[in-house]
Amino acid sequence: MKPAPFEYHVPTTVEEALAHLRHYGGEAKVLAGGQSLMPLLNFRLSRPAALVDINRIGALSYIEEENGTLRLGALTRQRAIERSDVVRSRLPLLTEATALVGHLPIRTRGTIGGSLAHADPSAEYPAVLTALEGQVVARGAGGERILRPEEFFRTYLTTTLGPDEILTEVRLPIPPPGSGWAFEEFSRRHGDFALVGIAVLLLVEGTRCAKARLVAAGAGPVPARLRGAEEILERDGLTEQSFEAAAARAAELVEPDSDIHASAAFRRHLTRVFTLRALRKAARRIHGGH
Amino acid sequence: MAGPRTIHLTVNGAPREGWVEPRKLLVDFIREDLGLTGTHVGCEHGICGACTVLVNGEAARSCLMLAVQAAGAEVLTVEGLARDGTLHPLQEAFWEHHGLQCGFCTPGMLLTACDFLKDNPSPTEAEIREALSAVLCRCTGYQGIIKAVQAAAPKLRDAR
Amino acid sequence: MGTVVVGTSGRWVGRPLKRVEDPRLLTGTGTFVDDLPFQNVHHAGILRSPHAHARILGIDASAALKALGVVGVITGADAEALTRPFSVGVSAPIKYYCLAVDKARFVGEPVALVVARNRYLAEDALDLIRVQYEPLPAVVDPERALEPDAPVLHEAVGSNLACHRRLVYGDPERAFKEAEVVIRERFRFPKFGSTPIETYGVVARHDPVSGVLTVWSNFMGPFIMHPLVARALGLPENRLRFIIPPDIGGSFGIKTSIFPYIALICLAAMKTGVPVKWIEDRREHLLASSSGTDRVTYRELAARKDGTILGMRYRWYDNVGGYVRSPEPGCTFRPIGNWVGPYRFQDLDVEASVVMTNKSLTGPNRGYACGHLYFETERMMDLLAERLGLDPAEVRRRNFIPPHEFPYRTPTGGLYDSGDYPAAFEKALTLARYDELRREQARARAEGRLFGIGLAVAVDPSVSNMGYDTVALDPQFRSKPEYLPKSGATESATVKVDPLGKVIAILGTAPQGQGHQTIVAQIVADELGISPDDVTVVDEMDTFTRIWGISSGTYSSRFGSVGSSAVALAARKLKARLIAYAAHLMDLPAETFVFRDGQVSPASGKGPSYSIKDLAGRAHWHTESLPEGMEPGLQATAVFGFPQANAPDLQDRVNSSNTYGFIAEVMAVEVDPDTAAIRILRYVTVHDAGTIINPMIAEGQIYGGALHGLGGALYEELMYDEEGQLLTGTFMDYLVPTASEAPTIEIAHVVSPSPFTTLGAKGLGESSSMTVPAVVANAVSDALAPLGVRINELPVTPTRLWALMENARGAKR
Ligand SMILES: Cc1cc2nc3c(=O)[nH]c(=O)nc-3n(C[C@H](O)[C@H](O)[C@H](O)COP(=O)(O)OP(=O)(O)OC[C@H]3O[C@@H](n4cnc5c(N)ncnc54)[C@H](O)[C@@H]3O)c2cc1C
Ligand code: FES
Ligand code: FES
Repeated sequence: MKPAPFEYHVPTTVEEALAHLRHYGGEAKVLAGGQSLMPLLNFRLSRPAALVDINRIGALSYIEEENGTLRLGALTRQRAIERSDVVRSRLPLLTEATALVGHLPIRTRGTIGGSLAHADPSAEYPAVLTALEGQVVARGAGGERILRPEEFFRTYLTTTLGPDEILTEVRLPIPPPGSGWAFEEFSRRHGDFALVGIAVLLLVEGTRCAKARLVAAGAGPVPARLRGAEEILERDGLTEQSFEAAAARAAELVEPDSDIHASAAFRRHLTRVFTLRALRKAARRIHGGH
Repeated sequence: MAGPRTIHLTVNGAPREGWVEPRKLLVDFIREDLGLTGTHVGCEHGICGACTVLVNGEAARSCLMLAVQAAGAEVLTVEGLARDGTLHPLQEAFWEHHGLQCGFCTPGMLLTACDFLKDNPSPTEAEIREALSAVLCRCTGYQGIIKAVQAAAPKLRDAR
Repeated sequence: MGTVVVGTSGRWVGRPLKRVEDPRLLTGTGTFVDDLPFQNVHHAGILRSPHAHARILGIDASAALKALGVVGVITGADAEALTRPFSVGVSAPIKYYCLAVDKARFVGEPVALVVARNRYLAEDALDLIRVQYEPLPAVVDPERALEPDAPVLHEAVGSNLACHRRLVYGDPERAFKEAEVVIRERFRFPKFGSTPIETYGVVARHDPVSGVLTVWSNFMGPFIMHPLVARALGLPENRLRFIIPPDIGGSFGIKTSIFPYIALICLAAMKTGVPVKWIEDRREHLLASSSGTDRVTYRELAARKDGTILGMRYRWYDNVGGYVRSPEPGCTFRPIGNWVGPYRFQDLDVEASVVMTNKSLTGPNRGYACGHLYFETERMMDLLAERLGLDPAEVRRRNFIPPHEFPYRTPTGGLYDSGDYPAAFEKALTLARYDELRREQARARAEGRLFGIGLAVAVDPSVSNMGYDTVALDPQFRSKPEYLPKSGATESATVKVDPLGKVIAILGTAPQGQGHQTIVAQIVADELGISPDDVTVVDEMDTFTRIWGISSGTYSSRFGSVGSSAVALAARKLKARLIAYAAHLMDLPAETFVFRDGQVSPASGKGPSYSIKDLAGRAHWHTESLPEGMEPGLQATAVFGFPQANAPDLQDRVNSSNTYGFIAEVMAVEVDPDTAAIRILRYVTVHDAGTIINPMIAEGQIYGGALHGLGGALYEELMYDEEGQLLTGTFMDYLVPTASEAPTIEIAHVVSPSPFTTLGAKGLGESSSMTVPAVVANAVSDALAPLGVRINELPVTPTRLWALMENARGAKR
């Protein structure tokens, strides 16, 4: 299990990195935290002609709050996000989800941009990005493209990012204070990718649920925004009955697959169970409750 | 640039130099080029944790890093844990509480626990279990390891 | 933690001494096989079959041979020309070479090998080898493999049945005729392995001058591996030297199966003329190292209404994969002497089929075949209790072998050395507060919660008798004059005193983390009345310099009983010599001396004493002072063998192991009705392993064994699709339990010293690995009893359990 040979470049600026990517015309790969790419290289399941290692591009690592949006550089480590006070106070949903990403030594290296670009449908970050209606910034020769989740995730492990583009920034709108949130998931062992994970965000006006966001990870080829279930909550309010109705609807909306860890039917069932659990938890947290 | 290149780094406090092909894994560099065979290889895909070392003070899988990426970094391996012949409190506790049998997972366990206790000096048992779930052990059933980390935590807190 | 420490039987034996091994392992200065330095060593990469079943039409290695750093390529043609097939333990004509010769019979089977300057280059060259395969239909299920139209793996065998035995003890016909109740059930036990974190490693160097092939490897023999490899390579045994490094990173039986790779790397070293090193990677390990067998079982149990078992029938289909690799078919026969477990019944009918399919090969895995056995038996006991409306504890009580019957001869030939099964069982129930748990269960059920309690008991066999495996051959075959019977279980140890009075103990075993250095120092210290610090223990096997036998090694929990006996005997022999020498020096009869606190003193207390140091100095420096007839030097070697380890008789009865411990367990679980997740609330395990030498180490063995059992019960399975492709080829998919999944384990001991071992110790190494699958299955079945769900197949994964629960709920609706 040793990587096949590759050329290796360590640019210090995004421009330089882009130039390398262009040079290889789709045959090069960006190396960020390496926590998904390195196993693929070691198994020789990925054999790029070159690696463009972006770990020395200092400008890609930051967490900034600006006009109600949290901007995170693509290279921001999961560990830094987990520890960040700004994230904890502004986007506790992201903090909660981060603790579920693999294990501590994985998060030391793993980056938010890498997780999104890798686009594993069972991963936490793609679901969080979708739930927060965030955006990613892709930079290429032709400049920047700003992509919404539905424009970004295409299918399993596939995004609309071009081979000579780099994901540079993740923009996550900060929900108004008093919102409810939760990330709940079911995995076989601690630290494993989720069989099903549910991200919930509840925006309230008074006692009314102004907006509900429900996203399922692991239950389809891309993070599944469960609009039909959200509508039930927005229409019927935040009651146990509407939670149950929304959870049942969520289970109908997802399109999971079967694999060795879970049948499609079980994943569908888990979608209902965890939607319900996440909704209850999120509702309890509205207006700072626990 | 696929050819070998020179790297400089600090390992266990001492400056080291290497001449490595870019594809060489950090763990292979540590073991083969530096001769520090205390760091072990158990899976080469990030799951078992036997290869865990501290890179700039943080636990990381050395099988998921290239040696060239460690250029300029400070790496701590299990060989660097004991100071001047005195075992690190975690090493002492593992010895005392039977936290190892074959010892193959032990370097990764120690370094993961070391980093974890820096972040969380007074962990609960459940938190210890979660942190240690980063490293697989097939001998101990984890019981002795958990006890050892519980025992070392207050000692490390006091030492600060 | 309800830890109960056993009484100490010596000054050092019985104490939880910290381990001598630990400082080096804690500081990264241990020496594992991959750490050994070699000059000019080259690295092997192995090309493996991507097909489960395929004819190999041709191999073109020309491009690989020209690749950078490559010094040689070995293919099946070389294996066929230069080696012989390994001996197999069955009479079917199976040709098993170290590389696939005509066909590949499982995914991952070695097809070719590249030797290159480093592993990176070797793997580059593997990419350049072109193999032409003709894919053939595959079969993975052992029952399907026996159907007449199933693809056949070995044409010369004619079917996929490697071995079939019908073994009848007593009169099972009558038992079933007289039965008031008969229970029948089908079970499936999964294929899983203990996946030691250190994988296989082999380094081989051929010396063309002496003709000696030296092998460094993390095997745990030499056991049968040395003769098997010597024969395959056509080498005289004194030209093949096996050395194990000081440290081995776990084995749990798995490393027994390394020997085909030893032969392969030896072949590579001979052919290329350079030292060759191969370190298995995890992908290779999961694809093609070793695992326990998957088994389909049909069980029948005959009983009276009061719960007394009259007899049982076992019909087994054991799936050994593409070939029969020694010591298979031990998967079927290893526990033969304890097939009846702790129960009294005499009538047993066993029909065993050892089946080959297109899966990877099997071999010993912690608890070798006992996890399978007790999973079935203990599930049957619960089913009997359920049928009769009895408490599962009561059904077991009514069938235990009573304590006054030890040593007890089982109908299958086992000789249980000692035990008090009812006492140990009651201790487990008391520790778990079983009655209180049942009340808690009643309350939980009233609230609609799925709360279950499981019990499991087992006779824990250790120190295999080399003879058991030959039950695979029928008695007629074994009666032929040219047949060489097999029996025995021996181990050696040497204790010596160097000229300055320090003691060195040299073992014939090869531990993989069991702390033999510590334990042996404790034993020798007690025998010689010195401190363990004064004893240096050498536990590195080198077949050229150690005394070893065909059964030597660390497997089947041998060390605790046979190894410890050899050590104690060697120390006693040495002690007798020291006494004789001192008596001679003082010109008094030896009977008037005693050995106390490391000194030989007159029993009367009058007159001078001689310390070991003093005697050592004289004996080494002044040999003239030795009594006539005493050989110079101060050392003693003892080889301990069990006289009870006989070859099977004509009725296929054999004492398959030499000591038999006992395990009783109680587990309480709760199942989440929504997610089918299983939470372990309590887990109590009581062991009778005779004298405990180091309770800390003993408990470590139990913890580890329990977790292996838990892996097989809930998480681990080498899964294949219908085409024979492995679906769990990474540690992302093959799920090893982590610290978060490990339950808290409460341990207690009962001590029935073995009359057959020097210190009364029995083995403990496999321990709870053999009971946890049963206790989990019973606890989960009990939790789901309100739904009528029964766990007859492992592992109980959430997706499987949820499907069972849904079916049951559907049926109820
Ligand atoms: C043991 C283990 C457990 C894990 N468990 C989880 C888990 O539970 N949940 C989870 O979500 N993840 C898990 N992961 C994956 C982990 O989160 C990875 O860090 C993440 O998926 C990828 O991020 P990375 O920075 O490591 O990216 P890399 O591995 O470096 O790259 C991944 C892919 O994205 C591309 N890429 C990376 N960054 C960019 C960029 N800025 N622009 C363009 N392309 C880019 C790369 O070319 C590559 O194709 C686990 C990993 C391991 C080893
Ligand atoms: S070897 Fe690096 S995690 Fe297993
Ligand atoms: S001590 Fe052997 S793997 Fe942990």
